Amino acid sequence: MNPLILAEAAPGVTADFSQETIWASIVKAVLIVVFLLTSVLFAIWFERKVVARMQVRPGPNWHGPFGLLQSLADAMKLLLKEDLTVTRADRFVYLLAPMISVFCSLLVFAVIPFGPSVSFPWTDWTTPAQLTDFPVAVLYVLAAASLGVYGIVLGGWASGSTYPLLGSVRSTAQVISYELAMGLSLVSVFIMSGSMSTSQIVDSQTQIWWFIPLAPAFVIYVISMIGETNRLPFDLPEAEGELVSGYMTEYSSMKFAWFFLAEYINMLNVSAVAVTLFLGGWRAPVPDGFLGGALNEGWLPILWFLVKLWAVMFVFVWVRGTLLRLRYDQFMVFGWKVLIPVALGWVVVLAVVQWLQRVQQVSFQQFIPVIVGAAIVFIAVMWFWPEKKEAPPGAGEEKEPVDAFAGGFPVPPLPGEKLPPSKRFGKEVHGE
Amino acid sequence: MTPAGLEISGGETALFWVIAPLMVLAALGLLFVKRAVHAAMCLVFVMVSMAILYIAQEAPFLGVVQVVVYTGAVMMLFLFVLMLVGVDASDSLTETIRGQRWIGVLIGIGLAAVLAGVVARAAFPPAVGLSGGDPGGIANPTALARVLFGDYGVAMEAVGVLLVTAAVGALVLTHRRRLTPKRTQRSVADSRIKALPDGVVLTPLPSPGVYARSNAMDTPALGPDGEQVPQSVSRVLRIRGQERPAPDIPAAELVETRVSAEEEA
Repeated sequence: MNPLILAEAAPGVTADFSQETIWASIVKAVLIVVFLLTSVLFAIWFERKVVARMQVRPGPNWHGPFGLLQSLADAMKLLLKEDLTVTRADRFVYLLAPMISVFCSLLVFAVIPFGPSVSFPWTDWTTPAQLTDFPVAVLYVLAAASLGVYGIVLGGWASGSTYPLLGSVRSTAQVISYELAMGLSLVSVFIMSGSMSTSQIVDSQTQIWWFIPLAPAFVIYVISMIGETNRLPFDLPEAEGELVSGYMTEYSSMKFAWFFLAEYINMLNVSAVAVTLFLGGWRAPVPDGFLGGALNEGWLPILWFLVKLWAVMFVFVWVRGTLLRLRYDQFMVFGWKVLIPVALGWVVVLAVVQWLQRVQQVSFQQFIPVIVGAAIVFIAVMWFWPEKKEAPPGAGEEKEPVDAFAGGFPVPPLPGEKLPPSKRFGKEVHGE
Repeated sequence: MTPAGLEISGGETALFWVIAPLMVLAALGLLFVKRAVHAAMCLVFVMVSMAILYIAQEAPFLGVVQVVVYTGAVMMLFLFVLMLVGVDASDSLTETIRGQRWIGVLIGIGLAAVLAGVVARAAFPPAVGLSGGDPGGIANPTALARVLFGDYGVAMEAVGVLLVTAAVGALVLTHRRRLTPKRTQRSVADSRIKALPDGVVLTPLPSPGVYARSNAMDTPALGPDGEQVPQSVSRVLRIRGQERPAPDIPAAELVETRVSAEEEA
């Protein structure tokens, strides 16, 4: 038995892979790649269309119905463009970098459950709608993401030029700091579901989806997932106003297309992880036991999964259409001084609460006074916290009338400044 | 070495014989390549291949953590420093410490002797297989957690305290006391406004000129009065003396621009 492909029903994994053959795995892998590539084409169209509607313009509407074939045309254009290699580039690494990006982004969907076990009509053959799963599947997702950064870093370095290098240095720092916050927010899901296998995590959300009890962790995850994928407002490695287009400035044609592809697949990846870990995975958005659970069986859950996936993708586009890019130092300060401490504090609180509930057998009702007390203390502190008194500009200075004509032409007074009384004040107009 | 009933599958053998030679090649590459970033890439390749072998031996936790911690964090920091410092060309081979090379060779021989001794004397007990190493059939991470936080809890805490101390130490050593007030966005803006009478321009500078026969960055723009604006060319080009000299700008274009400016006036 090949342990790489045919993991036996490992302990701690809900999905049952016992009927799996190597051919089934190959077919599933091909299906996933096809799904990802078509999804990327759709995602580009989706993003352009939604952003366009937010900016009150039609967006692509020329090629195909609703402009759906626009991204296909763009892909063809990229394929046929001249493939440049910069003279100062380190040729091998320059070629390798986009490949690393794409391959690592393709890895993640292997452990994402699209649905529960599906059975094929007219046969008694059932298989989980998921390529594979193992007890540390979510860590594997993190590992694939951290390897994918090498593509960006090496691409920037191998271009042998300043802007790409700056972009890749930024991206390194950005990904390292936001991966910490992301990992910490995932820890709370591990604590609640008691597992790191994706199928088991989906299984543990039968009663309630984790984004409700773990709301702070979900917020942290959403912020850091946008940081991880270099999307606006965190697209500092490729900020076109500052770095031309960052690490991919010197790339053209197909190599550029690969970076582009990797970015969109990464968006799909983090969205799928958000759906699986926080939004109930493939579970129908109805209470458990609705219609006898018929909505959670067979092929239907794949539909729920896709609907949720594209809802998260919509959030990506929405954020892009709404927020402005952060300044780099503010972005770093936000990551290290806000996100990571909050995530750490949340994990500690959650661990203590879980310990009280499971080991000390404290019921939820006994928690309510504590929660209410904490809320009252918090509100009281916020209420009585002395407001920061901002000194009015020019408060300490002598109030001296300014000469409005000092520079040769009249200027209005700045806040705090006072004009001298007008010479015409109180005079009468002499005339007729 | 494998006892009866414990067979290594053909797939695993094939995987090993594909990956192991590549790993050895990459490890040799680490020693012999010239550029620091290539060496780092060789090391990354060895680490990832090792993770694959771990996973093939049904230790997925170890394999994945190897990638997350070593490849994702530690090597990334290395690469970060390499790129920041700009260790680009090959290092110089001059000795900075006297006799460094001989000391290195001696220590290397000593290490090789010790390793050879250990390998020669090693006696492998018969393999027990995974069922022997994973008692009770509990999942891999759970068993590891039991061992780490149950049996070796104090040791884990001690290591944690040590790491935190090291991190705080690094912060203390690199800390510098602030001698000047912090420059915020507001203070920079204020100082620029204050410097306004000294000729500081608040608005963006005019961009270099774009004419029929040149669209280069080294051509100065023309002001509304038809005169050239030297600030429009990048400061770097001006310092390097790569600014396009005025006679190079076609006279006809200058006249045309001036005429049109006058017409507009």
